[in-house]
Amino acid sequence: MNMNTASPEPAADRGGPAQPLLTVRDLKKRFPVRGHPFEREKKFVHAVDGVSFTVAKGRTLGIVGESGCGKSTTARLIARLVEPDSGSMVFDGDGVGEFGGMALKAFRRSLQMVFQDSFASLNPRLTIGETIAFGPRAHGVPAAQASQRARALLSRVGLAPDQFASRYPHELSGGQRQRVNIARALAFDPRLLILDEAVAALDKSVQAQVLNLLQELKAERGLTYLFISHDLHVVHYLSDEVMVMYLGQVVETGPVERIYGHAAHPYTRALLSAVPSMDPSRRTERSPLAGDPPNPINPPSGCRFRDRCPSAQAVCSAQAPALLETVRGRGHWVACHMNDPLSGHGMARAEVAA
Amino acid sequence: MNAPLLSIRDLDVTFTGARKASALNGISLDLMPGEVLALLGESGSGKSVTLRTLLRLHPPATTRIGGSIRVGGEDVLAMPAKALDNYRGKTVSMVFQEPGLAFDPVYTIGQQITECIRAHANVDRRSAQAEALRMLERVQIPQARRRFDAYPHELSGGMRQRAMIALALACKPSLLLADEPTTALDATVQIQILLLLRELQRETGMALIFVTHDIGAAIEIADRVAVMYAGRIVEEGTVGDIVRRPRHPYTAGLLAATVSDADRGRPLAAVPGSPPDLSSLPPGCSFAARCRHVSSRCRSDQPPLDASGATRLACWHPLEQTPEPA
Repeated sequence: MNMNTASPEPAADRGGPAQPLLTVRDLKKRFPVRGHPFEREKKFVHAVDGVSFTVAKGRTLGIVGESGCGKSTTARLIARLVEPDSGSMVFDGDGVGEFGGMALKAFRRSLQMVFQDSFASLNPRLTIGETIAFGPRAHGVPAAQASQRARALLSRVGLAPDQFASRYPHELSGGQRQRVNIARALAFDPRLLILDEAVAALDKSVQAQVLNLLQELKAERGLTYLFISHDLHVVHYLSDEVMVMYLGQVVETGPVERIYGHAAHPYTRALLSAVPSMDPSRRTERSPLAGDPPNPINPPSGCRFRDRCPSAQAVCSAQAPALLETVRGRGHWVACHMNDPLSGHGMARAEVAA
Repeated sequence: MNAPLLSIRDLDVTFTGARKASALNGISLDLMPGEVLALLGESGSGKSVTLRTLLRLHPPATTRIGGSIRVGGEDVLAMPAKALDNYRGKTVSMVFQEPGLAFDPVYTIGQQITECIRAHANVDRRSAQAEALRMLERVQIPQARRRFDAYPHELSGGMRQRAMIALALACKPSLLLADEPTTALDATVQIQILLLLRELQRETGMALIFVTHDIGAAIEIADRVAVMYAGRIVEEGTVGDIVRRPRHPYTAGLLAATVSDADRGRPLAAVPGSPPDLSSLPPGCSFAARCRHVSSRCRSDQPPLDASGATRLACWHPLEQTPEPA
């Protein structure tokens, strides 16, 4: 039953450096809402609605957005913890789960995930050493070798193996548990690491330690990160590219300095100015946005941000804006009618000579 | 010089349940009427315990409390049950982190606020309801008339927190305790709630203690900041002094470890190690094990809170006034 191919050799780079590590096309997922039994129409939450992006090798893509915007569902769809309704993924040139492409098992080995809740994601009945060795053993690595690897990884993430390998998760602090989760994710030598709010639950002083560790590991092992967070400072610190999501759709994506310096979407600008000021003499005086994010069950027609947008016009409810590049070649894409000179929005920018 | 509204002296709180934990170790604190104080600290530093002790919310059977708390001249720890009922909600009120858990799910928002008003003032139902509706409008809940008859689960997180604030302020307390009221909210909603609290505080002139682990939120709302570590106040001063000229190594470390825009591309100045175990605190300074300026004195003697400098400080080796390169 156990195939020899399952021994977790680090997957070789196949497509070369220019080939994106992961390309996601038009990913969609809707969840049925349990409604009243006499309701005629079934309702759905459109958790992820047509998300496409690419992650280049050795880069970090940060995904930001408010709760309910679909960032965690996107991560789970990519890891195939949730089956998407439609959409395709290409991992280093191979279609994932497609005929003639990459088998799901091999894909999952090249991709690992670290979750927000460090305690819930560890088995309380396994020691730390067993937890890390569990994955490699399941993929056919001999026990002795697997535990050797576990000890090496533990010392790499800064936990002395002699002291920690035989402890249980409840005996560790939050920061230590998150280090264990990172060590476990690295046990397969994955190429892509999905960090879903991985540092959100940690205290500030411990969070800095884990962020430093993540940066070191990335440089050391040539990892690619998909970093999901609602903390804009942390995303700015860690990411090369940033993708902003709102109600299941991508509203803006581009290099980190473009997003933080020249955000083009009104939602991104609002999100950035909602961050508390760090200067007591320059406190925030006005809230950039009113109200809560709308219900993803019945999103507004056209542009989904329009009922919170300060510059919404008739065209915004009539049609949904397409994701267009602000200036060709810069890699900065935004889905807003104000960015499209042909949209008919009164504040649309004039045509830029391409 | 008028008298402080709240004065805490040498407050010790020890939990003696299944595991012993000294949650607070000699907290002393004064708060003037109308002042906004932020308690800043990481999990387990005792900031929430301080608030709960102020309202005597801990189960008496497993909690040992030493020291004194006086609010408006009255001794809170000696208050009899009847006076305590009146004190909670009327003099001191609290906003919790999880508004979804703090409301009773089987009553509407309006009913709960009305009940609170009638419990503390001798008014008829109709005028209490009118007052409750006015409170909902005051905290900027859109369509307050409709939300008055809504159940807590029908409201979004931000809206629930607004309703929670309306409930807490319904009896016009002179001191509001806010226990991480914005932590569970999205950034765009968090800033709305912070601005609302600031506005209401200015309008009513109440004092506010705002507990948070987020320095940004503390800066937005507070006049003074008290930094807590392992059940002690390690440094206390005005927001400006704490942020620009921290003198305790822990405060400085916390500020340096907070990710800001300038940090991109270089390693963060992390504070090594993790907070001490509250069931077996070290004899000296509780930060000694993580401190870079540690000496033998730090390990044996606990530094007293010294009020001679710009900030009140508990450290044997305070940092120079020029902040370290963050």
